[in-house]
Amino acid sequence: MALINVKTKEVQIKIVYYGPGRGGKTTNLEYINEKYRDQIKTEMVSLKTQDDRTLFFDFLPFDVGQIKGFDITIQLYTVPGQVKYNATRRLVLRGVDGIVFVADVQKEQRKKNIDSLNQLYENLETYNLDLFNMPVVMQYNKIDLKRSDIPILSSKTMQKDLNSLLQAPAFEASALKGGNVIPTLKKSISMTLASIQDQLF
Amino acid sequence: MFNENQLNAIDTVINDNLIEAGLDNVIFMDMAGNAIAKHDNGKNRLDSIALAALAAGNFAAVDAMAKLVGESEFSLLFHKGEKLSIHFSKVDDETLLISMFNKEISLGLVRLKVAETIKQINTILASD
Repeated sequence: MALINVKTKEVQIKIVYYGPGRGGKTTNLEYINEKYRDQIKTEMVSLKTQDDRTLFFDFLPFDVGQIKGFDITIQLYTVPGQVKYNATRRLVLRGVDGIVFVADVQKEQRKKNIDSLNQLYENLETYNLDLFNMPVVMQYNKIDLKRSDIPILSSKTMQKDLNSLLQAPAFEASALKGGNVIPTLKKSISMTLASIQDQLF
Repeated sequence: MFNENQLNAIDTVINDNLIEAGLDNVIFMDMAGNAIAKHDNGKNRLDSIALAALAAGNFAAVDAMAKLVGESEFSLLFHKGEKLSIHFSKVDDETLLISMFNKEISLGLVRLKVAETIKQINTILASD
C-alpha cells in the first residue's frame, strides 16, 4: 500500500517487476537507471549472486514530480526469478502498489511464464491482494530474438497464455536495447497513480 | 495512514529519546521499506531511502527464518560494525524502528531507549 505522509507531503509508491528467471526484470531497471540518471538520487541497489542472478531484489527509487502538492517517489523493485527463491519473492511483494509482469517470449519459456504468473496470484493472496484488482502491465520481452534462429511465441499466443483473463495493457519489448521499457514503466506509473488517487484526498 | 498530529508526536519522541541520547540516525519505517520519519544528528550523510528498502528486506528475511525454525520472532536483530552499529526493532505488525549508533554508546543503553520509544510510539498510534 502506498505510503502517504501528510506531514512531509510525500507519497511513496512501490512497483514490483515480477516474472520468470532470466526474463529481463533486472535489465528493465538497469535501462531505466541509465535513462533517468538525473532524476535518481541514489545508486541502484542489487542483491545478486556471484553469477549475477538476482538473489533478493533490485531497488531503484526515483522522483516523478508533484501531484496535488505531494512529492511522488516511485520505488521500483524486482524479485528473484529462479523457482527456488519463492520465499524471498513473496517478501518483496509486501506493500506492493503495482505490478509489471515481465514474460519471456522464447518458446521454451512458455510454461515458466504461466507458472510464474500463477505463483504471483498465490503470493499476492498471502497479503490479501487480488491480482485482478491490481494495476498490472504485461511486458513480452526479448522480442528482438525474432531476428535470430531462436523460436519465439507470437504476441497472440502470449496474450492467450497470460492475459486472456487479466486483460492488462501489454507491450512487446526488448529490454536489453531499451525497446518499450519506458512505455511499460510510464503505463505502470499512470495506472498505479490512478489506483491510489482516491487515497490522496 | 498516520495523521499529522501522530507524525509530529513520533518525531518528538524519536528526537527526545534517541537523537538526544547520542544516536547517529533513526528511521521509523513500514515493513514495505518506506521511511515514515527520518532523524539524524546532522553529522553524517546517509542514503536513507536505500537503507530503508534493505532494512525491510533484512528484517523480513530474519522473521521468515524465525518462523521456519519454530520461533514466533527473533527479538534481537543487531549488526555490529567497527565504528557504527545498527539495531532493528519491530514497533507493531506494520512498522519498524532502525537505530544507528557509534561505538561511544552501549548496546544496552540503545535497547533501553528504543524499548521506551517503541512504547511511546505505540501509545501515539493507538490515540488515533
